[in-house]
Amino acid sequence: MPKTLEGIGCPFCGCSCDDVRVIVSDDEKKILEVENACAIGTEIFLQATNHERITKPRIRQPDGNVKEISYDEAADYVAKTIMNSKKPLMYGFGSTTCEAQRAAARLMELSGGILDNCASICHGPSLMAFFDNGHPTCTLGVVKNRADVILYWGANPVHAHPRHMARYSTYPFGFFKGNGFLERTVIVVDPRKTDTAGVADYHLQIKQGFDYELFNAFRMVMYGHEQDIPDMVADVPKQSILEVAKILKEAKFGVCFFGMGLTHTKGRNHNVDIAISLMRDLNAVSKWSIMAMRGHFNIAGPNKVWSWTYGFPFCVDLTRGDRAHMNPGETSTIDLAIRDEIDLFINIGTDAAANFPIDAVKHLKKHPWITIDPNLSMAADIADLHIPVGISGVEVSGIVYRMDNVPIQYRKVIDMPEGMLSDEELLDRISDRLEELIQEKVKAEKKKPELISSEPVLCTSHSAPPLNETG
Amino acid sequence: MVNSMAELLIKNGFVFDPILGIKGDIADVAIKNGRITDKVSDKAEIVDASGKTVMAGGVDIHTHVAGPKVNVGREMRPEDKFFRGEYRGGVLKQGKRMEMGFSVPSTWKTGYAYARMGYTFANEAAMPPLFAPHVHEEFRDTPIIDQTAMPVFGNNWFCFEYIKNDETENNAAYIAWLLSATKGFGIKIVNPGGTEAWAWGKNCSSIHDEVPHFEITPAEIVTGLIKANEYLGLPHSVHIHGNNMGNPGNYKDTLDTLRLTSGINTSNKFGREQVLHNTHLQFHAYKGSSWSDFESGAKEVMDYVNQNKNITVDIGQVTLDETTTMTSDGPFEYHLNQLTHFKWANLDVEIETGSGVVPHIYDKDVRTSGIQWAIGLEIALFAKDMMRVYITTDHPNAGPFTRYPGIIAWLMSEKARQATLDTMKWKDKVIDASNIASMDRELGLYEIAQMTRAGPAKALGLLDIYGSLKEGSDGNVAVYNLNADELPSDPALIEDAFRNTAYTVKEGVIVVRDGKIVAEPPKHTLWTKVNMPENAQVMHDIREKFSTSYSINLENYPVFDENIHNARAIELDAN
Ligand code: SF4
Ligand SMILES: [Zn+2]
Repeated sequence: MPKTLEGIGCPFCGCSCDDVRVIVSDDEKKILEVENACAIGTEIFLQATNHERITKPRIRQPDGNVKEISYDEAADYVAKTIMNSKKPLMYGFGSTTCEAQRAAARLMELSGGILDNCASICHGPSLMAFFDNGHPTCTLGVVKNRADVILYWGANPVHAHPRHMARYSTYPFGFFKGNGFLERTVIVVDPRKTDTAGVADYHLQIKQGFDYELFNAFRMVMYGHEQDIPDMVADVPKQSILEVAKILKEAKFGVCFFGMGLTHTKGRNHNVDIAISLMRDLNAVSKWSIMAMRGHFNIAGPNKVWSWTYGFPFCVDLTRGDRAHMNPGETSTIDLAIRDEIDLFINIGTDAAANFPIDAVKHLKKHPWITIDPNLSMAADIADLHIPVGISGVEVSGIVYRMDNVPIQYRKVIDMPEGMLSDEELLDRISDRLEELIQEKVKAEKKKPELISSEPVLCTSHSAPPLNETG
Repeated sequence: MVNSMAELLIKNGFVFDPILGIKGDIADVAIKNGRITDKVSDKAEIVDASGKTVMAGGVDIHTHVAGPKVNVGREMRPEDKFFRGEYRGGVLKQGKRMEMGFSVPSTWKTGYAYARMGYTFANEAAMPPLFAPHVHEEFRDTPIIDQTAMPVFGNNWFCFEYIKNDETENNAAYIAWLLSATKGFGIKIVNPGGTEAWAWGKNCSSIHDEVPHFEITPAEIVTGLIKANEYLGLPHSVHIHGNNMGNPGNYKDTLDTLRLTSGINTSNKFGREQVLHNTHLQFHAYKGSSWSDFESGAKEVMDYVNQNKNITVDIGQVTLDETTTMTSDGPFEYHLNQLTHFKWANLDVEIETGSGVVPHIYDKDVRTSGIQWAIGLEIALFAKDMMRVYITTDHPNAGPFTRYPGIIAWLMSEKARQATLDTMKWKDKVIDASNIASMDRELGLYEIAQMTRAGPAKALGLLDIYGSLKEGSDGNVAVYNLNADELPSDPALIEDAFRNTAYTVKEGVIVVRDGKIVAEPPKHTLWTKVNMPENAQVMHDIREKFSTSYSINLENYPVFDENIHNARAIELDAN
């Protein structure tokens, strides 16, 4: 008898839908059917078990061929490579659980390396805007129950987050919104005539790269300077600006969802910054929230885990050994790679080889490159060592943070192929091995005077300068 | 070497234990198998505490150290990590992990810093139920100290309905279910009704303001939750941050809230006597009609507290730092932001609650900050029964918990208070608007022990485990470098002693020695398990709300067992 599993989380986009029904085979090895998920989500589940899996780590030989090795051998190889590197970088985490992100923090702290996640190339500008201007937001259930005005800015959920409008923002019936979409006004700001714009009540077809100007125009209305607004701002007629501004002000509960169309045009973090300022203005007369359309189902996870661990959500530089440092531009993955500062690259749960600028990949590739990923990918192909792991959300359970930062406990649907490890188990195994190696090194160096603590500080580099020298 | 089975004997210290009535007598404390015992064998490890002060491990009744808003505070304030120095993340690595952050420390620093101050327990004072897995993830990464978390109930739609319909039994059953689902400890209320109103940009600023759409008032919410709390006989009482916090003139609203307890008593099996704990009273004891005639209302509020044994409070002392305010009081944070214009974070949470986060500078040269500082201390100094008045900073709202040693110094030394007053630019105005300059009371170590361990442990209903050195208690002990017979006249030395213990012992394991972390034994997450039959009506209501109004699935809402770190259930049978 096939088995039906309810309340399963979808391991694809930032909607993190947790109402998926999955039917698995008798032996619980194969996924047969998927219900409730969108087409992409369904495909993710079905793909998981319908192809041959790589179940063992594979290391590249000097002759260019790859050889299968055991997980213990792989952990030992990674630990030793870390011992020999000055500035290792671990990057990715688009499709890992928080448990793995936590284990990664332990490993990179031991390694004296750098931790970074995909935010570095997607919603990093949003995080930087939060640093500067705060973050007035809400959970998606609040949107469903209360929102009467939905503003999508530089986002196209119909394609990127297929169930976003149906499940959370536009169409669902909510506690104070018993008539669903009939009670909601949808406004889309986008230079393209997207499918989302097609279903909106208002589409402001903004000139590409002029988001800041349009936000400014709305803020002028808020401060009573509408007479000074030019006839056209960012290709949007003044009349439309005034009309939409009135809707924004009269909303009972409004929410602005923004996507990469806002964070990756001219202005970047400043666009998000002024969007937040507009929200603050609107809250004097209405109630508004703002939310980033985070891409992957747990892309917010590393930001959360590393914030409680180090106080920094991304670009976390742990090379000083006794304290963390963050400075996007200096400690961000692409910049480090372009400057060729990294001498060991560990790519986990995302395909850096396919997504990075070619110069960054070229530099990284000069040094050891290790890929941790359930499946084959470009990053797995070019790696010196590829370690396959269980698929998070399908074969591995764990906590994920939805785009609104609500933690969702994902269960596994089927078991990993026999003998495989989850990312968390693998990372812990590497850390355990690395601790042994460090202890050996510390013992060997014991004649040296005084470590900084009564117990040895476990870290590959003991070269951290005293704190007071660095202001 | 971590060995909780070993025996430990802490010898010849000046022992202060208000539960046992010990007031600085020289005595030994024996620990075996992690618990306090009457004697140990001669194999016991000896800690020489002669010339030092010995107390049970400290108990923090109200602090914000884990969860969504705390983490937003960390995430949005990189600058909180950039400062260095004694209090600003400038601790060389001692434990297994780095310590980061000043006003909102990392989880690792939180555990280590509490332990260094001799604290072994902290109650996270506001957990949005929907975010419970997040809170418990942070607990797992907070070393050494035991923790509890209080779910917030004061803006919860289920409770609104049950209270409005006078269904105490259903309300109690729902509360018991939610405590189990979130692995929560007790009932927290924050701005009852006001945070729900804030979802529409409104507020409830008095206890009689009706909550929009719900036909209920804050007074009814508070009364209804106290009833349910006492119906269940939970270890802790209702724990409230009332309406109109932080505004001039609010002492009247505070008195209105406190009067709701009039005539209500408790019978519970945990030895708790109060039915309401009013947290961070400093923020609720303001007189005046605006910030220009703002003054202390500490006397008025404390007169009431002193006369009513069924109330406990903590002070919420302003420490005159740059810090990060964060509360489930969404409208308060927005209005604070309208005053200061720093960055503002807000988080409205479906069905349940909301919150806000705003950085704040309590500048000693700003009159308001000076008066706020005075009010907190006055609350403590006006108090008659120190078992009912506790030291907190509402961390990090009025200042970081790492400042407790300084607060103790202010309370123990008039000279310390005077010195701080003397540095204030508007000293005279602060003196005019408060009573602090005329108060010469100086607290002793016994009273400090009441305010920082015995009292809070009793109010939490956890006296069997914490707060005392009586036999059977967990072997949690703080040894301070303070000679109780000859207290230093320099208050800075008192502060130093409370900042870094000579020893902190957690369940029999020495975790701090000479102010440094030396071991990290497993910690516990405590929660309240109410045994009662399943309530069909309530289960039906829960299923209905999840199918219509929540954005996550009911199956995924209760925290999975594997996501609770070292759970320790406090069990009781309802009724
Ligand atoms: S919307 Fe996103 S999370 Fe939901 S089912 Fe589709 S891909 Fe999965
Ligand atoms: Zn608080």
